[in-house]
Amino acid sequence: MGGFPILSLMLLVPLVGAIACLKLEAQAARTVALVATLIDFALGVVLWANFDIGGAQWQFQERHAVFSSFSYALGIDGIALTLIMLSVFLMPVCIGASWTSVTKRVGEYMAAFLLMETLMIGVFAAQDLYLFYIFFEAGLIPMYLIIGVWGGDNRIYASYKFFLYTLLGSVVMLIAMLWMANQAGTTDIPTLMAYDFDPHVQTWLWLAFFASFAVKMPMYPVHTWLPDAHVQAPTAGSIILAGVLLKMGGYGFIRFSLPMFPEASAQFAPLIFALSMLAVVITSLIALVQHDMKKLIAYSSVAHMAIVTLGLFAFNVQGLEGSMLVMLSHGLVSGALFLCVGVIYERLHTREISRYGGLAINMPRYALFFLLFTMGSIGLPGTSGFVGEFLSLGGVYQVSTWVALVGTTGIILGAAYMLYLYRRVVFGEQKNADAAAMPDLTLREYLMMIPLGLAVLWMGVYPESFIAPMRADIAALDARLARARPAYDGKLMIGKGAPVHEAAAEGGHH
Amino acid sequence: MDLAHSLRLIAPEETLSIASLVLLLVAAWSGDKASRLISILAVAVLVGCMALVAPALCYGLSGPDVAAFGGQYRADAFAAFAKLLIYGSSAAALIIAPAFFDRLGQMRAEYPVLILLAALGMGMMASAGDLLTLYIGLELNSLASYVLAALLRNDGRSAESGLKYFVLGALASGILLFGVSLVYGFTGTTSFAGINAALSGNLAAGALFGIVFVLAGLAFKIAAVPFHMWTPDVYEGAPTPVTTFFATASKASALALLMRVSLEAFGSQADAWRQIVIFAAIASIVVGALGAIGQSNIKRLMAYSSINNVGFVLIGLAVATPQGAAAMLTYLVIYIAMSLGGFVAILMLKDEDGRPLEAIADLSGLSRTRPGLALALAMIMFSLAGIPPLFGFWGKFVVFQAAVQAGFVALAAIGIAASVIGAFYYIKIVKIMYFDEPVDTVRGRSDWAHTALLVITAVFMSPLGYLLTKWLDGLAQTAASVLFLAA
Repeated sequence: MGGFPILSLMLLVPLVGAIACLKLEAQAARTVALVATLIDFALGVVLWANFDIGGAQWQFQERHAVFSSFSYALGIDGIALTLIMLSVFLMPVCIGASWTSVTKRVGEYMAAFLLMETLMIGVFAAQDLYLFYIFFEAGLIPMYLIIGVWGGDNRIYASYKFFLYTLLGSVVMLIAMLWMANQAGTTDIPTLMAYDFDPHVQTWLWLAFFASFAVKMPMYPVHTWLPDAHVQAPTAGSIILAGVLLKMGGYGFIRFSLPMFPEASAQFAPLIFALSMLAVVITSLIALVQHDMKKLIAYSSVAHMAIVTLGLFAFNVQGLEGSMLVMLSHGLVSGALFLCVGVIYERLHTREISRYGGLAINMPRYALFFLLFTMGSIGLPGTSGFVGEFLSLGGVYQVSTWVALVGTTGIILGAAYMLYLYRRVVFGEQKNADAAAMPDLTLREYLMMIPLGLAVLWMGVYPESFIAPMRADIAALDARLARARPAYDGKLMIGKGAPVHEAAAEGGHH
Repeated sequence: MDLAHSLRLIAPEETLSIASLVLLLVAAWSGDKASRLISILAVAVLVGCMALVAPALCYGLSGPDVAAFGGQYRADAFAAFAKLLIYGSSAAALIIAPAFFDRLGQMRAEYPVLILLAALGMGMMASAGDLLTLYIGLELNSLASYVLAALLRNDGRSAESGLKYFVLGALASGILLFGVSLVYGFTGTTSFAGINAALSGNLAAGALFGIVFVLAGLAFKIAAVPFHMWTPDVYEGAPTPVTTFFATASKASALALLMRVSLEAFGSQADAWRQIVIFAAIASIVVGALGAIGQSNIKRLMAYSSINNVGFVLIGLAVATPQGAAAMLTYLVIYIAMSLGGFVAILMLKDEDGRPLEAIADLSGLSRTRPGLALALAMIMFSLAGIPPLFGFWGKFVVFQAAVQAGFVALAAIGIAASVIGAFYYIKIVKIMYFDEPVDTVRGRSDWAHTALLVITAVFMSPLGYLLTKWLDGLAQTAASVLFLAA
């Protein structure tokens, strides 16, 4: 308690920037937006540097009872910290990605993005149930405008679909929140995380929250808004959508569903597993046959998010840590992939895969970065994708070997569709003259690609930096879940199993 | 209770009656030239009346001390809350009128006088403690309203609107009176407290019929489904300032009256009327939302939106708890601000020659030609849809909170799921203003009074509104608690 209200400041900076942008000319608005996001990033670095790993669970708390029924309460733990870092890291990239590609109504565009940043940080930092809901829902407004005003040809359908789908999911959650607050007598999230609801009621509450988070995540079969929204959104919109907004669903599960309703979570884990397995296989196969680059990456997002849900509902430390890392990694990698698509879209104004080819010849540096992020998406060891996917699938393996088996096909299929995409776009002969004439990366594009590439490698080589802040929180969550943990389905044969040294070698990573 | 005390309690009504009669005389002698002066004086009178009623709310007055004429009239905190809303929105309806009527040369001196008379009737409705007071207030308000709807005498739509309102309103009054007679017949009294006492215990079938007819008559006044048919036609046809008046002041008074009757007079039989109210609530939400989708006239759209919003208010009534009643009042305040802002924005939609534009198609691309107006209208639309962080969310929030607290989880879930249907047409307006290509028909200059009111309502609806929640909830709870004293 007390201290400098850095979280409020992080909310305020983009908000002030947004209001300023509304009144400014195009170039001034771009500059203001970039400066505001960079200031927020700097504040995020300060936040991380001052985060006391191993200290109190909730840090940088602020609490003001200024409203009726709920309070303005902020505070973060390690999980929220990493997601806030992801948001503030991606925002300057988003602004950079729209520096030249957005030419109409620049001030409003930048204002919408800055508003979005405020709301994203608010979602991760809110410590009050209703405050969380307000931030969570409010994100619909700027995203609706971003897709609808600056999107592609079919933007209106996509924006309606995005808005109404996510709204319907969320309102049911609000009823559950009202009930919980009434029952527990508090809206304080940390208190509610330790509150034991009646297991029968948990079932309903869990389903209500599921309705919201499954749409946001998105989980199969309510994922259909995502490809539409992604394809129609401008590049920066896709980056923020894939990079951060999808993480709100995962964050919701890890912050609400799991700790608040452990019994119901265990009860519904088979449902989650079933949907996730379907998602991994089906959306990966769908991705394989796409002609549109953005759609392909959008479907791959659904598949990756399914691995997140698998890990979350594994009910063990490995699975939870793995899921968090997949979320962070996917935020970076899919954001970077959308950026890669945006780079060539700006040059040729098409997302058709067949219109490209042989870019390695005329854009070798672009090809290098694209390859790095492709590998990150596949989960090559050494990139960020590997660590998270390995951990979450390892976590799932401890619960259900079959689920882990199906989940792992996602990695194989992921390699298939990503490498296939890469081959068609970057390798092969230069069959289209206009694609062959495209220039390589500009300085502005380097400035966006390099930080993303470094972050992907950093997370792949030394993930401890990202796991350390949230280790205690994951452990606490694991302890909370312990009472509902499902049994292991593998039939271990004690005493006469495989030779000891092999088992030790396999288990050494855990 | 002596007469002098009673006369002191009805000070706002006395002020309004005398003022409206004096201004009527001024109008008769000076003609339409004096209409601006009369308007200004009428606004001053209304503001004065607000000052007169405010103390009752601040001190949370209730009980026999503030009951005048043997309990026929009450100057308690609830009445004060409703009257503040009624007088405030009546004043707003006066302020926005001149810019609209002047262009037509139809700024008549009787407009402010009629508004004052209607406000007088509405105040009596909010203060009613007896079925007779109720009826007098209702008719005074209704008769003035019929004339107001038909104020543009040489406009066919306005005349049609007035006629429809009159015929259907008279029918509804008849139904109401029939219900009143049944209730009187089976309880032997017209006072709300007496009815409440007489109805406790077993409910006679005749009394039940009476309750149903009274509620049906009142449902007409608040435009709840299935008595909503008149609303789109009247809202569309009436001059826009008058429509604003109907959507704000009339709505507030009718809902206040409905609360008084349901919770005070029929409070002991909440179980008997709850299912009717639940049906009306859900049906209003759904019909209001579905009906609005196909509209091409923005005033008709706002009419369906008002039907939709009444549904949400009725959820608070169905709960029949002090929290539910307080939630209704909070919702009402926010809804009135949103409606007022919405209609002021509609008034500002004018073409080059100052002719009012009402077609939704005229809004196309408004965000590029009139960014400020489009932003305000978009805020109002998102707010009406109940999307946080706009303040419209708070109204829905408190209503559903009350429903969940009282155990009506299914009702709350159905209601909130149906609100998503409504979100569709609200975001359609935003789509038309922001996504579509500009048609650039909205070119007229805006009146300063309109701009000022729009800015005030927009700020109220912005997230800054949440800073008022504590104060607003406190007042609403004070006012609502008055209704539950008898129980």
